[in-house]
Amino acid sequence: MDVKDIIKPENLVYKKSSVLTDNVMHFCPGCTHGVVHKVVAEVIEEMGIQEKTIGVSPVGCAVLAYNYLHIDWQEAAHGRAPAVATALNRLYPEKYIFTYQGDGDLASIGAAEIIHASNRGENITVIFINNAIYGMTGGQMAPTTLEGMVTSTSPYGRDVKLAGYPLKITELIAQLPGACYVTRESAETAPAVRKLKKAVQKAFENTGKKKGTSFIEVVSTCNSGWKLSPVDSNKWMKENMFPFYPLGTLKDE
Amino acid sequence: MGELRLMKGNEVIAEAAIRCGCDGYFGYPITPQSEVMETLMARKPWEETGMIVVQAESEIAAINMVYGGAGAGKKVMTSSSSPGISLKQEGLTYIAGAELPCLVVNVVRGGPGLGTIQPSQSDYFQAVKGGGHGDYKLIVLAPNSVQEMNDFVDLGFELAFKYRNPVMILSDGVIGQMMEKVELSEYKPRMTDEYIVEKYGSWATTGKPKTRERNIVTSLELDPARQEKFNQKLQKKYAEIREKEARFENFKTEDAEYLIVAYGSSSRISKKSVELLREKGIKVGLLRPITLFPFPEKELLRLSKQVKGILSVEMSAGQMVEDVKLAVNCSIPVEHYGRFGGMIPSPDDIVTALEQQIIGGK
Repeated sequence: MDVKDIIKPENLVYKKSSVLTDNVMHFCPGCTHGVVHKVVAEVIEEMGIQEKTIGVSPVGCAVLAYNYLHIDWQEAAHGRAPAVATALNRLYPEKYIFTYQGDGDLASIGAAEIIHASNRGENITVIFINNAIYGMTGGQMAPTTLEGMVTSTSPYGRDVKLAGYPLKITELIAQLPGACYVTRESAETAPAVRKLKKAVQKAFENTGKKKGTSFIEVVSTCNSGWKLSPVDSNKWMKENMFPFYPLGTLKDE
Repeated sequence: MGELRLMKGNEVIAEAAIRCGCDGYFGYPITPQSEVMETLMARKPWEETGMIVVQAESEIAAINMVYGGAGAGKKVMTSSSSPGISLKQEGLTYIAGAELPCLVVNVVRGGPGLGTIQPSQSDYFQAVKGGGHGDYKLIVLAPNSVQEMNDFVDLGFELAFKYRNPVMILSDGVIGQMMEKVELSEYKPRMTDEYIVEKYGSWATTGKPKTRERNIVTSLELDPARQEKFNQKLQKKYAEIREKEARFENFKTEDAEYLIVAYGSSSRISKKSVELLREKGIKVGLLRPITLFPFPEKELLRLSKQVKGILSVEMSAGQMVEDVKLAVNCSIPVEHYGRFGGMIPSPDDIVTALEQQIIGGK
């Protein structure tokens, strides 16, 4: 088979989602944000809901998510994305509203907003990237930072006597009657990405059916913040993050 | 003639919101303004006009809900009182930075801190000087009657959408809690989603159709040169607002030799003081700023050429007095008189203050 055959349209096996822009992503090499963005874009395209979807981006590494997906976006103050999404959901109940937040944004400064939006059963999808660190500000300790984990504000490792315990906010959300679907996924391998995509699709479908809050945690890496190569980060994540943040669906009603 | 009712100022805010076609109210209980949300919940406007009402988990969440609704082109508002308004400052600076229209009502109580639930005017600086971080301004309307609580809701939204800027109604516990006769506004229909797309489609996040680029509501600009340009654009907008939107009321200033400047409930008390002073043969007038930003500085400058001295009367330790001094370039004596911490001056207190601080001090 020569090149001419390979590039024939009928032999096309993969192409970039039309919902993704051509902007060069600012994420570090090895970061899973880009993969998760791609998954969200593909689901929006495949469901044909581009015109009805409004995204709410966080403060953190994903603050510029609006540069990468061809949909309307609102950039929220730190942690407040679920409040912004609440108003969008109430005022445009036929639209697909989702937030995209990191662990500092969602589990620390925005803990009240995510718990109460989920408890009200706001008809939204929440994509929660948990890499156990504040990435954008340079690798500080997050509420989800593991015990003993070294960050720039826990340079001797997280001491739970000083800093409290890593917060399993996803388990908290799963307790709330307003949350209809709560799952913990990852994006470090092709099968994991395929599984994540199914979860994102289910969440958006729930939004379409007005079922309540759908919450997807994506256990992720931060090789810059963790000071590890992308390969070593994935290894560290599997060995340390997965045991504490076990993958799987916590709730599906 | 519209429908006449005897109502509390706070209740009227709710009624006026429904009648002017407001799409959403987001609030959190705090004294002395809780009647706003209570009235809305009792009225159930979602069954009547389709307006939604949400009791948020905090003032912070409420103002960020306002951000979300405003970003999508809807007519949205919140109300609170001083400590709650402090919590809303983060949201307000984001709203100003994203150039979104919205209405915020502050029924001011005494501070600092948890302070008192009694009326005060000690949030003037916070309201007119920005309040949150960054170079920005709110348009600030200061009602002095229950009627103006009604009228300024519609006016506030009109100005908010005209300039894509947050508007604050700076009321206080007196105006919020007192009952007066009020002529309610006629009902205006809410904007349809199609109208919002047509009118605000260039910026509102209503869902991206194939016919336009995506809309992004944000206050983030990482390039300082572009951020400076954006700030210059904001300053140009504020200059236009200064030029066109200053509102004020003159009371017996035609022949005045002395001037009282007061807004909100202080201006109601000061009107009585003007009459008492005139009974004593002292020619005093009152200038009432109706907009606090923009401040009626031109009118003050004009009056400063006519009067011998100005008493700025506020229920604060002296905040608006700084703007009065700036407006008249300290060309004549300007003094402050205030009660604060929830205390209200009597008309006689103001009479004595003018006699001692202005006339006695000349």
